[in-house]
Amino acid sequence: MQDTPFELGGLKFQSRLIVGTGKYRDFAETKAAVEASGAEIVTVAVRRVNITDRGKENLLDYLDPKRYQILPNTAGCFTADEAVRTCRLAREVGVGELVKLEVIGDKRTLFPDVVATIEAARVLVKEGFKVMPYATDDPVTCLRLQEIGCVAVMPLAAPIGSGLGIRNPFNLAIILEQAKVPVIVDAGVGTASDAAEAMELGCDGVLMNTAIAGAKDPLAMALAMKLAVEAGRLAYRAGRIERKLYATASSPLTGLIG
Amino acid sequence: MSDSIATSITLNGDPYPLDGDTALTALLERLNMRRSRVAVELNHEIVPRARYEETMIRAGDHVEIINFVGGG
Repeated sequence: MQDTPFELGGLKFQSRLIVGTGKYRDFAETKAAVEASGAEIVTVAVRRVNITDRGKENLLDYLDPKRYQILPNTAGCFTADEAVRTCRLAREVGVGELVKLEVIGDKRTLFPDVVATIEAARVLVKEGFKVMPYATDDPVTCLRLQEIGCVAVMPLAAPIGSGLGIRNPFNLAIILEQAKVPVIVDAGVGTASDAAEAMELGCDGVLMNTAIAGAKDPLAMALAMKLAVEAGRLAYRAGRIERKLYATASSPLTGLIG
Repeated sequence: MSDSIATSITLNGDPYPLDGDTALTALLERLNMRRSRVAVELNHEIVPRARYEETMIRAGDHVEIINFVGGG
């Protein structure tokens, strides 16, 4: 049976894996890893142009905005105002209305400032942005963001770059239960099984950066993640067996040799 | 040496020399920047791309030019 399409703010995608573009050796490696991952949505940061570096290549020379949905993020923002300003500027570059909203509350954990995120989301939704907010794995926060009109909610698995995987699958299950928009696990994924676990729980997608860029072999890991997201999604749709405390034999109990 | 403060702008946080009023398009050209890759803020207001030609940068202006870079 065909899978339901992965839809974000009216845009349809085949791949449920979203990748970041940070921490790579160079643009060429970034491009190769993104290709290997099969991702169609790539997130990018918004920064001042380097004035002194003339004739410099640009990331979009390697990731064609006609081929990929470029998803600007507000990484580096610590206030709602900064995040809103960043999104407005990003929209002017002209890659669409989809933005990843990230307002950080603490430099050590990089956990989102929930209050500021909700504040910024309200403003951005009113201005017509299609907001994908990086959030804590707190069901109430995700509910509020959904109510405001975000096109997805993006609860973290664990701190950015920590590679710890899903810290609280129970919270995630509750978030999924109440979700009326796609749920995308964002941050903290470490290896393929983490991505598969997210999809097996019923998440609509996974967003990662460090897990691929920081791997010993980023291209291999990108492929592993592509397969993990597909496998996890298929396993979820296939309907797993229940967990039982005791055994149920797989072989018949009759006709035994006597 | 002429008074550089009177003929300069603040570009991405640093002083930048300007020889008289300059159209934004000319500034981008001088900086070797493609408009399809950037967004511009002039004195804290975003300049829509369609208005780059008619937007003049004058001494004392604050200009921010941003682009997309690698990030998660």
